[in-house]
Amino acid sequence: MRQFVQQLVNGTVLGATYGLIALGYTMVYGIIQLINFAHGEIFMVGAFGGLTVYRYWLPASMAGNPWIALPAVMIVAIAVAVGVAVAVERLAYRPLRNAPRLAPLITAIGVSIFLQEAVRLFYPGGKRQQPFPQLISSGTFEVAGVTIAWISVFVVVTAVSLMIALQLFVKRTRMGKAMRATSQDPESARLMGINIDRVIVVTFVIGAALAAVAGVMQGMRFAQIDFRIGFLAGLKAFTAAVLGGIGNIGGAVLGGFVLGIVEVMATQYVPHGSSWKDVWAFVVLIVVLVARPGGLLGERVATRA
Amino acid sequence: MTASKRFRRWGSVVLLPLLLAAGCGDDEEETGGTGEEESAKVVKIGVIAPLSGDLTAIGTGIKNSVDLAIKQANENNAVPGWRIELAAEDDAAKPDVGAQAAAKLASDRAVVGVVGTYNSSVALQVAPVLQKANVVQVSPANTNDTLTRGEDFKTAPKRPFSNYFRTATLDSLQGGFAADYAWNDLKVARVVIIHDKKAYGQGLSESFGRQFQKNGGAVLTTETINTGDKDFNAVLSKIRSAGAQLIFYGGEYPEASLLSRQAKNTGIKVPLMGGDGIVDPTYIKTAGAEANGDYGTSIGAPPESLESAKTFIADYKAAGYKDGHSAYGALAYDAANAIIRTLPTALGSAEAVDESVRKRIVEAVGKVSFDGTSGKVAFDEFGDAVARTLTMYKVESGSFKAVKTGEFEG
Repeated sequence: MRQFVQQLVNGTVLGATYGLIALGYTMVYGIIQLINFAHGEIFMVGAFGGLTVYRYWLPASMAGNPWIALPAVMIVAIAVAVGVAVAVERLAYRPLRNAPRLAPLITAIGVSIFLQEAVRLFYPGGKRQQPFPQLISSGTFEVAGVTIAWISVFVVVTAVSLMIALQLFVKRTRMGKAMRATSQDPESARLMGINIDRVIVVTFVIGAALAAVAGVMQGMRFAQIDFRIGFLAGLKAFTAAVLGGIGNIGGAVLGGFVLGIVEVMATQYVPHGSSWKDVWAFVVLIVVLVARPGGLLGERVATRA
Repeated sequence: MTASKRFRRWGSVVLLPLLLAAGCGDDEEETGGTGEEESAKVVKIGVIAPLSGDLTAIGTGIKNSVDLAIKQANENNAVPGWRIELAAEDDAAKPDVGAQAAAKLASDRAVVGVVGTYNSSVALQVAPVLQKANVVQVSPANTNDTLTRGEDFKTAPKRPFSNYFRTATLDSLQGGFAADYAWNDLKVARVVIIHDKKAYGQGLSESFGRQFQKNGGAVLTTETINTGDKDFNAVLSKIRSAGAQLIFYGGEYPEASLLSRQAKNTGIKVPLMGGDGIVDPTYIKTAGAEANGDYGTSIGAPPESLESAKTFIADYKAAGYKDGHSAYGALAYDAANAIIRTLPTALGSAEAVDESVRKRIVEAVGKVSFDGTSGKVAFDEFGDAVARTLTMYKVESGSFKAVKTGEFEG
């Protein structure tokens, strides 16, 4: 039982990161039906933005103080990720707004490769792993025999608060209402006076900000980042989004947690589970899609006529 | 419409310099000309190593060390009438990429030999490609037994690649050496083994496990992980209750460093032991303070104990490379010199490199014998280094300290 709870904790931490990135996939899909394969790279670029401020801009006296360094790292990471995401939307996706669906999809893959290579070639030492600062104690505490790291608490609390905040934003604000309207029917929304371009940009901004936070948290957990971290994280988050029902915000969160927990439980209870955990994650995905083609929470957005 | 046109123009203005910059971003240190007469004929020594990705630190060290050997040979006019150039290819630690790099080098008529690869799994794809073209391959780092002794290396060793040699030693010796150290010196009786399923990691783990059980120790469980994974909490939570006194890891430092860190944070306060794949400064940088007390074996005697190695380290420093020579620099330097030494005779009065020259080189490399930076450089009938010295390192206050040097006789 203790072992089960321990693994549940591990899975929740893993799932929180997946869910946070998955939100960006699902929101963009919900608004413009684009699977933004460059989203994993936004996550990576955000982490590098955070590293840059810590390494080059913060004076040593401030870098040692987590109360200053952590917010600084987070804010710059978000700023960099948002900047890149907005630029990508402007330069790569907007010109293709009315093109066949395949065109932006392939563009997204191109952008993903472009961003990876840009970091690899131009970030100082970008070809190899970069050590990431530990802004939160790497210590642990025990509750009833279950070991929990402080950073894990931070990850889960941050992720869940952001998820709740996003839900409130979409449900309660004018902009959120505009987003929901655009996702249901962009043409009618435009006729109602909604500035669709603005709604789309805001969607990218929010997705990028969440991914940047996830990037910094992953960097702090594993003490290192490299130019390829976006690929695997993006793939897993995309899976989580599909699992939960792409286009559905609650679904992305649920999908993230389910995926994380399935992975750790496979490691614990299936023979050779640790090397087969990804297989089990995708088996669950397939089973869910066979039973519920729209994902766990179904696709609540209307498709375009 | 005008907006999108304007945008397009701006887009190209912004993107063009970026693309141009990207085009010239990849060439790093060129092998310097030596000021010899321009008419010297050119031969190339290839390098196939990971020059991007997690293992870049090691790959770059190998490339630079070969470059150093070539520069020195050119300066000393070691091959009269010929100028040696470096042809470095990135294998990204991937077997398929390595095979492509090998095909590229093999088709270049000027290539007389290849130093590489780092990964045994990559070598298994590279060696057959080079063998077809009669290009000699000398690896500074492959330790997998099957590369020189075939699938049945335990019972009926048979050399699969006639063109393949290595200055590194074998996993069966390295794993055995580690197992004996754990049993005899650390008095450890119960271990868990984790490996990454790659040719190197699995082979090393198996030979460690075999020798450890032969000594009387218990292998409580064997777990496998995927390279590229970062979160090992699940697998560590699983083995936590097993009560091991040591974790043996077969694999390389990117995963090993995270394992070590996360193990100690999960409450498994036992040392991690690994092979030469984890003995790199990056391991300690990533694992942090948690790395203290961990162990790793490495090939050869500690460089600081050898006069010849000191010269290499000093020369490497003097050459001003940006990156360190890594754990394999000295072995790569020896590997390059093993090839260079055969060139004057093998090339003879040839006008260009051809099939017969390449064949002569393969044959000659098998017969070299000289004092290299890390000991005697010579190969046995399988292409393995005759020098079999291994060193156990322990991480103490942030760096690897040699604790025992010796040989494993199996």
